[in-house]
Formats: sequence, structure tokens, C-alpha cells
Amino acid sequence: METQDLSRPTRRETMTAAGRFLLVMVLLVLLLGWGLVLNVNTGSVDIPAGEVLRMVWSGVRSLVRDAFTGSDTLQAVTAASSESKIVFSIRMPRMLLAAILGGALSVSGFLLQTFFRNPIAGPFVLGISSGAKMVVGITTILLVPYLGTISSGVLILAAFAGSLVIVLMVLLFSQRVRSMSMLLVIGIMVGYICSAVTDFCITFADEEDIVNLTSWSMGSFSGANWSGVTTAAWLCLWGTLLAWLLSKPMAAYALGEGYAQSLGINVKFFRAALILLSSLLSACVTAFAGPISFVGIAVPHITRTLLKTAKPILVIPATYLCGAVFCIFCDLIARTAFSPAEMAIGTVTSAFGAPVVIYMMLKRQKTRQ
Amino acid sequence: MIYFHTKDLSVGYNGQALIHDINIAVEKGKIMTLIGPNGSGKSTILKSITRHLSKICGQVYIDRQEIYAWSARELAKRVAVVLTDRIQPELMTCEEVVAMGRYPYTNAMGRLTPRDREIVAQAMERVHALDLARRDFTTLSDGQRQRIMLARALCQEPEVLILDEPTAYLDIRHKIELLDILREMAHEKGITVIMSLHEIDLATKISDYLLCVKGETIEAFGPPEDILAEEVIDRLYGIQHGSYNLLFGSVELAKPQGEPRVFVVGGGGAGIACYRALQKRQIPFAAGILFTNDVDCPVAMELSDHVITAPAFEPMTETHYQQAARLLLRCACVIDAGTPIGPLNSMNGRLLALAREKGIPLYTDCQSLEHETDRREKQTA
Repeated sequence: METQDLSRPTRRETMTAAGRFLLVMVLLVLLLGWGLVLNVNTGSVDIPAGEVLRMVWSGVRSLVRDAFTGSDTLQAVTAASSESKIVFSIRMPRMLLAAILGGALSVSGFLLQTFFRNPIAGPFVLGISSGAKMVVGITTILLVPYLGTISSGVLILAAFAGSLVIVLMVLLFSQRVRSMSMLLVIGIMVGYICSAVTDFCITFADEEDIVNLTSWSMGSFSGANWSGVTTAAWLCLWGTLLAWLLSKPMAAYALGEGYAQSLGINVKFFRAALILLSSLLSACVTAFAGPISFVGIAVPHITRTLLKTAKPILVIPATYLCGAVFCIFCDLIARTAFSPAEMAIGTVTSAFGAPVVIYMMLKRQKTRQ
Repeated sequence: MIYFHTKDLSVGYNGQALIHDINIAVEKGKIMTLIGPNGSGKSTILKSITRHLSKICGQVYIDRQEIYAWSARELAKRVAVVLTDRIQPELMTCEEVVAMGRYPYTNAMGRLTPRDREIVAQAMERVHALDLARRDFTTLSDGQRQRIMLARALCQEPEVLILDEPTAYLDIRHKIELLDILREMAHEKGITVIMSLHEIDLATKISDYLLCVKGETIEAFGPPEDILAEEVIDRLYGIQHGSYNLLFGSVELAKPQGEPRVFVVGGGGAGIACYRALQKRQIPFAAGILFTNDVDCPVAMELSDHVITAPAFEPMTETHYQQAARLLLRCACVIDAGTPIGPLNSMNGRLLALAREKGIPLYTDCQSLEHETDRREKQTA
């Protein structure tokens, strides 16, 4: 390596970050498309891909027509047959939710990694997902007897509050313990405490109050509906866009706080923005799908490896897409592998995500020495 | 024309002043170095100038403008830093690290214009690091890292460059290279350089101004030749055992205590190795007869309380011989460092003759002395 003339880039190297980025994005979009089709046509009832496409096409057409005419033909299309009912009211919202939330979770992980300047940080390992889960669980148990159903807005607020409480706790600890590994251990412990509290509440709650709570607390996209998809899409896409707009200071922050400040960054404001956005995104995921492990660490890492760069301006959009693809396929596996039984999404994401994380830690150890 | 100055500046942490009444003034394109012991507040002063820390009171001016009135971006365009922070950016090439210096100039998305790229390349060339452009930053050696961080700071096109111990972790070659680059910057581009250094010898050689920091106030400020005397250094750093020789820029360790046991006849540089060897073994010695302008003389004075000196450029006299002979006869042995004997220092020849005549063991270097003492110790054991 030393002897090689590094000043003059070889042809391979001239395929710049931007070129590589485009290639990866195209690849991810193709994978996403494939994943979406697979997701809609497989399941207990197999619907041929052509049929699915035709149904989606007529759905989109009537949606557009409705927007102009004010009539309601969409209802007719979605309820035309039992297949279209399955496609429109079960499979499509579910897979869209998986895609939207998977991306959000990855971006949330990436923001935390930027914040802690450590690639092994993520909303799950730091206990943030579990904190959100705890507050959502308690809120549900307390409010369901009075309100019957709880709107997704309230759930998101509860999850956001839970995330923030845990993040602030982790930040307090992080001032005391300098080493990241200690912080992770603390995060995992806090996560266990929160899970214990949640389980405790669930055990003593009335059966009918918590019908959905048990499957949700394991983590699953099964509760998806169109209003949830719309809310999640709004929050996650806006959150990701805002995060993307912070790309420039994020890149500079990689040089450490001292240098970031000397470049004119308001470090306090920037750190607060990172934490808020990251909490918002992971809270959104937890509110809709419960805690999902390892996506937040593994996906940004895979993305950085694919892109061979850590530039946030490229990594954020790519990691969103990559997270969407990852979660769509994981959900497909969770849904179909042992059909009709369904696995928790966390089971599948752990199976694929945890090895990536282990590999990463080993590699880091090696480069440190 | 004064370019950078402070007025009654007090710095410290959490609203508590650590050092107060800092009044310094430096012209454009000059180099000012902060020296002082560990924990004396050098970094605190530097951090207050870069606004990493809030000042307690007083003012800092650059070009007669209060820097605390500037926006962060304005400050970033005029003041660049090289910190002691050891950074570990993941997957960043050196070029990307250097280009980060363009931050205050680029648009909201951080896009580099061709002009920005040109400045990055120039900065890397200036620190002789063009060949590192595509290397991963984390794979660099300490010397390379520091050059890259300097290039990054230069990219900011600063008027004032602030460096906190830029030579820490560097070996002597890289120290010299780095300081040479800084001097070039200051003289050619008119960048005012403010830094802290631990190497006093280097500091006196590169700086136009020295700022001695110790305790609550500034110990001294001015051109090195005006303010530096050996006692200043010893006092600044609180050196009680050992000493610092400003002329040589060398350090001597604590002198051996007690009555002299060895008499070293030296001069002309031949004695230094002997004195230091004796110091290392903590054997008190006497030295003579040395002309006051002899290179051996300052070292001998720092390592022994018993040095017979004679005025320079004159032949040694009988009085010197008598003084030296008295000391020599009290010693257990004599070392002839091998200085040639000529008309001016003939008294040294007489001393050696006296030792031979009285049967005092005479050695030609420290090693044979050591062998001898080892042999004797074994015998007594």
C-alpha cells in the first residue's frame, strides 16, 4: 500500500462517491420494488404479481380520479374482491409501514451514531426503544379503560416522551462514563428495566385492555392500517428530510466537538437537534410497530460499507432506502417462514442484524490494535 | 501595528477566574508562544481566545474588533485552530478532513466549488501532504495527522492560527518540519500564530513573543531575548532539582549531593560526557580548571558545586592551581577527560602530574572508573 502512488487516483477510484451513491441507490430501488411485489403477492393467499399490479394500477387511477371529481370510486376498487381486500387493506399498508418505519429506524440509528461518534450506538441498544415501549404500554393500559381506543397521535407522543426520558438518562450517564462500551452496557440494562416494567404492567392489566398490546410489545407490523401509514409517512419523511438538512454540520461533527465549534457550528443546538430528531424517528417506529432490534445499527453500517463513505449527505438517503428494503424482507420472512404462525419482527431483524454488529465490533477491535 | 491584543482578559472555568489581567499585543504575521508548566492554564487561555470557553471578563481584539462580538461563522473565517483532540473520523480520507476547513465558506449542503478544491490542494501541498490525499485519516502516523490538521486549519484561510501543543506526540524531525511550516505561514501569508509549546528551546527559536504562564497572572510577556534568563525558566517551571540551560537548550538532571569523590580534569567539551556519566551514577565530583567560556563550564556548574574556573583568554595562574590541587587531594580518584594541554591551560597538566606523584588512581574515562569501582565493590563484598 505504501509504495503505491496514492496521489493519482486509479480508474476505480475515480468512480467517485457520487457515482457509487447512484449505483447503490438504483440497486436499492430495484430491491425495494422487488420486495414490495413479493410482499403483496405472497402469504396465505398467493396472488399473481400481474394481478397485483393491475389492482394497484386501478387503485391509483381511481385515487387520482377521486381527487379531481370528488367522487368515491376507490372504495369500490378496494372492496371489489376478497383478493383486492387482502391486498388493499392488509398487505399494502403493512408493507408500506414496514418500508417507512424501517427507513426511519435506520436514520434514527445513524443520527445516534453521529451523536456518539460511535457506529455501535442505536435506539435499541441504548434502551431508547424500550423506554418508548414502556411509556406507550403504560399509557395504553391507563387510558384504554376510559377511552376505548387510543389515537396514533397519542401513542406517538407517549413513545416520544419515553424516548426522550431514556435519551436524557443515557446522556447523563455518558458524562460520567467516558467509555462507549460502558455506556452500551448501561443502555442495555436500562432497556431491560423498561421491559420489566412493561411486562409487569401487562401482567396485571385486564385481558381485554391489552389484546393488541402483547403482540405489539414483541414488535410487529401486523397492526398496520392506512391512517397509520399516512401518519408514519408524514412524520418519518419530514424527520428524515430535516436530518438530511443537517448533513453539513453532521459531517463536521465527525471531527469532534472542538473542531465542529471552531468551524462555526452551534454545538449545543446541533446536539439537541440530533437527539430530538433521532428520538422522534425511533418513537414513531415504536408507537406503530413496537421495539425492533438491530436495524438501527446494522443498516447504517451496511450502507456505509456499500457507499464506502460516511458522508451524511449521501448516507442518510441511502440508509433510509436500505432500511426500508431490510425491513420489508425481514417482515416477509416473519410473515411467511412459519406460516400460518407469525414471528415477531425483532426475531428476524436480530437474526440478520446481530451478526453484522458482531462482525463490526470485531473489525473495530482489529483496526484499533 | 498591533493586530492581536487582549485587554485585562480573565479566563477560567465556570465563572471562576484562573488567570487574570492578561494584556498581550502581537503584530500581524508574528508568532507568539505560550510556555509554562502543565496545568498552568495555557490551554485555558487559548480556548478563551478561540471561544471554546467563555472569557470571564476583559476583551480580545483582532484587528481592533472584539472577537466575542462576532458571529460564530465570522470567527470561523478568521480564526482557525489545531487542537489536542485525537480525532477518529470513520471512513474519511485526508482530503475530506482537510476540506472540512472550507466549512464556513461552503453553501448549506457543504458543496465544494472548484475554488474550494484548489484551496484544499494548496493547503495540502503547503504541509507536504499531497500524497496522503486519498489515505484513510485513521491510518496515519502522528506526524502525518498533525500535518493534515494543520492543512485543515489553513483551508479556513484564517488571519489568526491557534495551535494547542502542536508538537506533542511528534518526534524531533516532525517537530522541526511543523515549526518550519508555521514560520513560513507567518512570514509569507501574514498569519498571526498563537500556540503553546512544551519545548522551551524550540519556543525561543521560533517565537517573536513568549508568554510565560504560571498561576494567577502572566509571569512575563515579550520577545524571548528580553525576558528569558535561566532563572526565569527554572522559576516558571518550579525546577528545584536539575536545571535548564538556555544557551544549549538542554536539560541537566539533579546534581549529586555531598563531598566530591572524583576530580575531573576537562575542558573543550571533553568533560561533559564525564560529568553526565558521574551524575547518572550520583557520584559527587569536582571539576577544573575550566575557562569561563569553555563549553564544559556551564554543564559542570550545573552538576557540581565544586568547579574551579579561570578567566577566559588568559593563561591559568598559580592561584587556580593551588585551589584545584587542594580539591584534587581530597578526592579518591582523578579522571583525565583527554583535553589537550597547551600553554594556556598548562596548570591542568600539573594537576595530572600531581595525581600521578601522589599515587591517586588516574583514569582516562568514566567506564574504566566504573570497572574499577565494580571490582572494588566485589572485593569488599
